[in-house]
Amino acid sequence: MTLNGLAQIALYFAVLFALVKPLGWYMARVYAGQACGLDRVVGPFERLLYRVCGVRATEEMDWKTYGIAMLAFNGTGLILLYGLLRFQAWLPLNPAGLGAVPPDLAFNTAISFVTNTNWQAYGGETTLSHLTQMAGLTVQNFASAATGMAILAALIRGLARRGTQTIGNFWTDLVRGTLYILLPLALLLSLLLVSQGVVQTVASSRPVTLLQPVNSVRPALDANGQEKTEPVAVTEQVLAVGPAASQIAIKQLGTNGGGFFNGNSAHPFENPTPWSNFLEMLAILLIPASLCYTFGVMVGDTRQGWALLAAMTILLLCFIPLGLWAEQSGNPAFAALGVDQASGAGQSGGNMEGKETRFGIANSVLWAAATTAASNGSVNSMHDSYTPLGGLVPLFLMQFGEVVFGGAGSGLYGMVVFAIVAVFLAGLMVGRTPEYLGKKIEPYEMKMAALLILIMPMTVLGLTALAVSLDAGTSSVLNPGAHGFSEVLYAYASQGNNNGSAFAGLNANTPFYNFTGGIAMLIARFWLAIPTLALAGSLARKTPVPAGPGTLPTHAPLFVGLLIGVVVMVGALTFVPALALGPIVEHVIMTGR
Amino acid sequence: MRGHLRPALTMVLILTALTGLLYPLAVTGMAQLFFPGPANGSVILREGTARGSGLIGQHFDRPEYFWGRPSATAPVPYNAAASGGSNLGPTNPALIETVTTRVAALRAADPGNDAPVPVDLVTASGSGLDPHISPAAALYQVRRVARARGLEEDALRLLVARHTEARQFGLLGEPRVNVVHLNLALDDGR
Repeated sequence: MTLNGLAQIALYFAVLFALVKPLGWYMARVYAGQACGLDRVVGPFERLLYRVCGVRATEEMDWKTYGIAMLAFNGTGLILLYGLLRFQAWLPLNPAGLGAVPPDLAFNTAISFVTNTNWQAYGGETTLSHLTQMAGLTVQNFASAATGMAILAALIRGLARRGTQTIGNFWTDLVRGTLYILLPLALLLSLLLVSQGVVQTVASSRPVTLLQPVNSVRPALDANGQEKTEPVAVTEQVLAVGPAASQIAIKQLGTNGGGFFNGNSAHPFENPTPWSNFLEMLAILLIPASLCYTFGVMVGDTRQGWALLAAMTILLLCFIPLGLWAEQSGNPAFAALGVDQASGAGQSGGNMEGKETRFGIANSVLWAAATTAASNGSVNSMHDSYTPLGGLVPLFLMQFGEVVFGGAGSGLYGMVVFAIVAVFLAGLMVGRTPEYLGKKIEPYEMKMAALLILIMPMTVLGLTALAVSLDAGTSSVLNPGAHGFSEVLYAYASQGNNNGSAFAGLNANTPFYNFTGGIAMLIARFWLAIPTLALAGSLARKTPVPAGPGTLPTHAPLFVGLLIGVVVMVGALTFVPALALGPIVEHVIMTGR
Repeated sequence: MRGHLRPALTMVLILTALTGLLYPLAVTGMAQLFFPGPANGSVILREGTARGSGLIGQHFDRPEYFWGRPSATAPVPYNAAASGGSNLGPTNPALIETVTTRVAALRAADPGNDAPVPVDLVTASGSGLDPHISPAAALYQVRRVARARGLEEDALRLLVARHTEARQFGLLGEPRVNVVHLNLALDDGR
């Protein structure tokens, strides 16, 4: 942990928190349908859009109608994206002449993007045409993030409204989230990224002449027609380029994470400088953090939003030092080989396998923690090559159920569910009906909350157990021993929480992983979204009760502590046994020899 | 349900046109207008020939060049059309073996240099395309390059210092040396 590293992390959080209030306030106005400045420009287009689509913008929906509209939109998007992946070979904007994506990979990838996961079983530059990247993936990056934010807006309305059946209109929430929040931010960020060197062109490749030819081999036939390899001097490097910046901006902002290139944000064309890295990291947490303030404004008490943000921040800050220490300590096996891993003026040192020189340890660890705390899943270093405890940090952060910031919208609605469980626990202790923001929490709400919390571990642990007991699961593993188990656990923790990052040594592009992962992503997204909407509908019907002497104030430090306790307890009780078999065993092995 | 089909379909199509075509093409237009160099890959031109990108590393293994980070891309190192890291875990014997070989190769190219090898010089980068090494890794190689080129070590150290990029805005990232720029300067004889 270097002084400069700590200063960079402190600056990061300072800038993030400075932006929470203005952006949170702005988003509250957007979801309340109030004037927000941009409506002079965007308003006419928005109204035209409603007319063409046959949407009555003033119409309010109950939770079931809201849910059906959400499923209809996401279902249509899923089918369209699957079609695009299967037919890309015959469609325009395919300068590299890439073929159709195989059915199992197309199934996994389509679900991956519609569910805001962006799990990459594919290699961007070698599998997907420009049209697929733009009209398929980029669209779902916007749509899935806007969907998550819409569901959150519906849940907040459920908490804020009294004695009503309705929780808003899905179509206007979707459209306003896209037009007023995501598009302007993405436009700004993509241009900032291009200025740093992120590519943005319709060309697909640029050949350059190498300074020094590289010796390689190529397959050939010998005199008898047998296959052999012959030496060849490679003198050219082909730079894969494309419309990257526009996709990268939204994949960071919308907690999506699917890269334009296989190397994701470790690729110098995707993340060229420390400044681009800072902006991309900021974009990861920007919307999830600001939505906490939006929540406070919409329920009429901003302290409630700050309390949730405080709980998220404290949880994240607990894990960053562990990651920094583990990665800076480096690999004990290298010491005997005459390798210098100490940090000093001339190098950042530490465990540099899978990390970029320009980012070093501090920026790699901070990114790994932020991208898994939020359900972003983009990477600027390869998590599979982290030290065991360094790799435990992103793994465990996902296993909290993506509520520490979490996905755009989805993280906060997950956290609100944990808040409901926390007030329920407090209510049990004093023997009185719990309430949250004046709404009584009764058996129906608790059933929905329990459902939301239990589905995820069942999916993640169940599928991990299945994969490690089948050849189809274990044959994809790259690293031997305990680390191989971590690869499988990470894959399902990532897909089962709609994160999308990976211990990428695992060959996930097999029918088994494509199929089971696709199912896990569908469950994680929609099986959780629907109980959340049911919860919103039930809360909206209730009339608030005035706070009494027995009411637990949900904006005070005591509640923040209780909330953190509940999140950690549920996560730890569920996943520590599995973590013990993976990273913890590996750590003991690594340091013990 | 049927009432939702029309908005669902038209909404997906219009949002596709807006966010999937209009938005990326608008960004492309502005990028090409305002930042044509970076938008097209920051290509380095020498007498009309593209010699590389200032952001993408190249593979060097001759003694007269500074070597960059090891690259795990296939089939050749620094394949800029298929990025990626090794994904080898810290306890994987294959990683230990690979690093041992890399240390041996550096030592063999510079007999008598027993200084500890900076870690970034023997570990593969995440992208496989990292153009940078740490200043320590550049200085480690000065003796070998000086001997191979018949140059003064001090002059080379000065060249390395000139090519060392500080932290951005004095704070962000890590100090680093761009290997492609450095080797190009060597070839230019500057």
